[in-house]
Formats: sequence, structure tokens, C-alpha cells
Amino acid sequence: MIVDGNKTAKSIQYTLLIALAVLTLLPMLLALVGGFKNLAQLRLDLFGWPDPFLWENYVDVLHPKRSRFFLSLFNSMLIMSTTVMLGVILSSFAGFALSRIKFPGRELIFNFFLVGLLFPPAVAILPLYVQLKSMYLLDNYFGVILPQVAFALPMQIMLVRSFFKQIPMELEESATIDGCTQLQFLVRIVIPLSKPVLTTIAILAMVGSWNSYFLPLLILNSEKYFTLPMGVMSFASQYVYNWPLVLAYITLAMVPAVIFYMLAQKYIIEGLTSGAVKQ
Amino acid sequence: MGLQHKKKFGLMDYFRSPIQRNAILTAFAFLAIPMLVYLIFVVFPIFQAAYFSLYKWNGLGSLTDFRGIDNFTKIFTDPIFGKAIINNFKIVFLSLIFQIPLSLMIALVIARRFKGAVIFRTIFFLPYILSEVIAGTIWSFVYNPQIGIQNTVLADWIPWLANFQFLGHQDTVFASIFVVLIWKYFGLHMVILIAGMQSIPVEVEEAAYIDGVNKWQLNWHIILPLLKPTILLSIFFSIVGSFQTFDIIWAMGRGDPVNGAETMVTYMYKYGFQRFQLGFGSAVAVVIFMITIGVSLLYQKFTAEKES
Repeated sequence: MIVDGNKTAKSIQYTLLIALAVLTLLPMLLALVGGFKNLAQLRLDLFGWPDPFLWENYVDVLHPKRSRFFLSLFNSMLIMSTTVMLGVILSSFAGFALSRIKFPGRELIFNFFLVGLLFPPAVAILPLYVQLKSMYLLDNYFGVILPQVAFALPMQIMLVRSFFKQIPMELEESATIDGCTQLQFLVRIVIPLSKPVLTTIAILAMVGSWNSYFLPLLILNSEKYFTLPMGVMSFASQYVYNWPLVLAYITLAMVPAVIFYMLAQKYIIEGLTSGAVKQ
Repeated sequence: MGLQHKKKFGLMDYFRSPIQRNAILTAFAFLAIPMLVYLIFVVFPIFQAAYFSLYKWNGLGSLTDFRGIDNFTKIFTDPIFGKAIINNFKIVFLSLIFQIPLSLMIALVIARRFKGAVIFRTIFFLPYILSEVIAGTIWSFVYNPQIGIQNTVLADWIPWLANFQFLGHQDTVFASIFVVLIWKYFGLHMVILIAGMQSIPVEVEEAAYIDGVNKWQLNWHIILPLLKPTILLSIFFSIVGSFQTFDIIWAMGRGDPVNGAETMVTYMYKYGFQRFQLGFGSAVAVVIFMITIGVSLLYQKFTAEKES
């Protein structure tokens, strides 16, 4: 890019960006630091350094007997990883059939999946509740996992199919000559070659599942199944007047997502924007 | 005769030829489970919503109380739904005039890879990866009248703000939550717009500079027109997303007080699900669905016209 030499413009630009960055981070930092304070100090000195510096709030949240933080963390992880795995597997098979096998009605089926891009989950959620009830999937991990997988499928199939299409035909021919069946070709050659697109759909599914609240709220009733966002809500309403404790819980609930973001930022941003731009 | 026979390669011939039969069987095996999952959990419930919407039904027993379009009349004559739909459109409108321009300005600056650009991008995108529930709860704390920001900072300058409950008044609750929506989503739009800018060839810019164009002219006359499809996409996301708004409203006071921050989805949840009026709730869902489809079709028509 071309750099222009105007120094004042540049320093104004930096100042504004830094101010915006501080505003962006401030709520999170206040929560992090607030978790080390007691209520009196939080009330009198919102921005100050914790004095006395208390670990108790964080210890309480992490203590298995005093909060269900770890249980919620486990539930969120279980639901997320199963959702991601099923999504990757199902969309790989469907994407393969819709891109590399010739059969009558292929485009029709693909378009039928594509229509799903227009269906917002909120619209289906009441009948979905009735449906899951009749399938005995209420208050069950799979009552959350299966609808999440299903609603992610159209986008995933679209991305996977367009990637699989670009794999050269010669590869398939030589694999067939070597005695590869289509299943073997998919599992041994196509899937290993398709890491970029599979990473993208996995990340989209991870972020979606990890943050979802509406669907689990309807489906999961027992506290032992609560996901992390549900845990945040129930903890915050349980300790309405103990903000430092709630702030500690929120901060710890942010940690996994923030760590994941720091480690995989490049893939997350690429995945989310490629999912968006290709639509 | 033989030639004629070959021409007519109908559906049944697919099954006669062993290779074709194999292809169909494999395709069927690969597609069966994804299709089943999609049908059971996406397609079927959408149709069911349309069906339920014509009945009065509490979710138990069988559907017998057919009411025709009564539920829809009830929705459109309910002033609370009026509030909800207006709030949804307010989110769309305010996003268009505040959020997208803000994201665009930041994207224009950050796309120039200066020192620290990556750090700023990382920071601005961070709120997006938090769940709306966490974002909402943190901001409930920021807005808290006893310990929040206005009591400790703003009240020193503007005395009446002391102990003012931003989330506790029907006139301020919506605007207060909207601030959080901007905070959470401007980074997403920024990143989408940056991706759009990076697909503009560098030569375009170089040629413009050689022609003696200044930075303002470059952004306004060259980058922006080229960026139009990406901006439209960003707007589309923002619109479709705003019609789904639930989590953040729920985390920041459940649409109350006095339905000041009600949206169509919180309305559906409260009046359809919590009160076990599943027929009525499904009718609300159908209305949301129609609006979303309408917007998507408008968007497609609009972008198709631009391209041709």
C-alpha cells in the first residue's frame, strides 16, 4: 500500500484507533479485574486496581461444590465437538455425492439443500420442540446436537461441494484404476486434500454451537445438562447482588473462547469471511 | 432400431447398467443420513409451523381447534407485537446508519497494512467471538446503576445520571442494548469489508495514484463502488441477523421493562412458548419467516440487477 507522509493525519488516526480499542476492551477488562474485588470496592472504585486483591471469587466459581462451572464447560464442549464431528462427516458424504457422483436428480437435491440457507432456526423452533418431545429428545444432548447439525448442513454442503468439485478428475481415474472404491477415494484422498474447507466449516460450527443459547434454553431443562451460556444466565440470576462473583464466572466463561481465538485467529477470521463471501 | 434404442436412455436404464446402478446406490448411501437429518429437523418443522399457525393449541393433545387466520389477526392487532416489529426494524435502520458506516471507516483504515493494523483488527473482532449471553451480562454490569459506569464516571459531570437505570426505563432500554449490538458486531462487518477490499487488485489503486487522485477521492470514487457487493452482503447479514435477535435481549432484561426492547423472537418465545400457545407462537414464526424470505428475495433481485 502507498504511504502518505501526513504526520498529523496519521497521529489522529492512531489516537482514534487506540481510543476505540480501549472502548472495545474496557467491558471485558472491567469484568476480569472486577472479579478480584469485593462488592464495596466495585461500588466505590470501578476502575481501580483490586485492593485487597481477592482470589476468592474465582476460587468459588472453580470449586466443583460451589458452582457447576466445570459441568457446564463439559456440556458445552461435548455438544460442540459432537456437532462439529457430525457436521463434517455428513457434509463430506453429501458434498461428495452432490459433486462427484453422476445420478439423476442431483441438482434438484442440491437445490433442495440450498433452500435451507433461507430458513432461520428461530422460525422452526416451536415445532422443533414438539418434534423433539415426541422423539424423547428433550433434556438430552442430542436434542441440541441434531438440530444444530441440521441447520448448519446447507451452508456446509455448499462450501464442501464447491471445494470437492475442483479436485481434478485424473486423480479419481487413477484411483479407480488402482482399485479404489468411491468410499475409499473419499476417505483416503478427497478428505485429506480438503483440509482448508473442512477447517472452515468446523470453525463455523464451533463458533455457532459454542455461543448458542436459544435452542439449548428450550431443549435442556435439568441443570446437569446446562451449557456455558445457560450457566452464565442461571449463575447471574442466582447471585444478582454479588456482582464480583458473577464477574468472575463471566471471565472464566470467556477464557476458552478467547484462548481459542488467540490460537486460531487466522483460521477463524478466514473461515467466517469465506463462509460469508462465498454465499 | 438399435440406434433409436440408444437415444432413449431413460430413468430405468440407469438401473439396468451396472455402473449406473452402482453410482445411484452409492449416492443414495452417501446422501441418506444427511437428507434424513435435514428433513426431520429443518424442513418438516418449517411446514409444521405453517400448519400449527392455523390452530389454537397448547402443545398437548391433538390439533382440533381450527381457527383459520385468527392467530395472524391477533398478532397484527396486538400493540406489543407492533412494538416488537418496530424494534426489529429500528435495529435494521440503526445498523445501516451507524454500524455499517463505522465498520466501513475502520476497514478503510485497517486495510492499509500499517504498523499495528493486525493488533487493532484482533481487538475489534474479539467481541464477536463472545456469546451474546456473555456480552449481554457484561454490559448489564456496565449499565448497573449502583456499580456501573455512569455512577462512577458520568455522574460526576451529569448529576441526574447518578443511579439512572439505563436498562430499567422503557425509553432507554432499546438504545442501551443497541450500543451493545454495535460493540459486538462492528468487528464482524469490518472483517468482511476488509476481505472485500483485499480482493480489489492493487493495480487499480496504483493507477489511480499515478493519475493524481488523493486519498479521499480514491476511497470515495474508486474503492467504494468496487466494494458495493461486499457492502450489500454486510447489509444483508445485518438485516437477517437483526430479525433473529433474541439472546442479547434475553440476557439484558428479557425485552422489558414495558416491552421496551421486545423483538419478534422474544415475543414469540414469551407469548408462544412460555404461555403454551404453540399455535399462536407458530403464527409469529411464520410472520418472521415471511419477512426474512421477503428481504432475501429483495436482496437477490437488487444484487442481480447490479450485476447485469
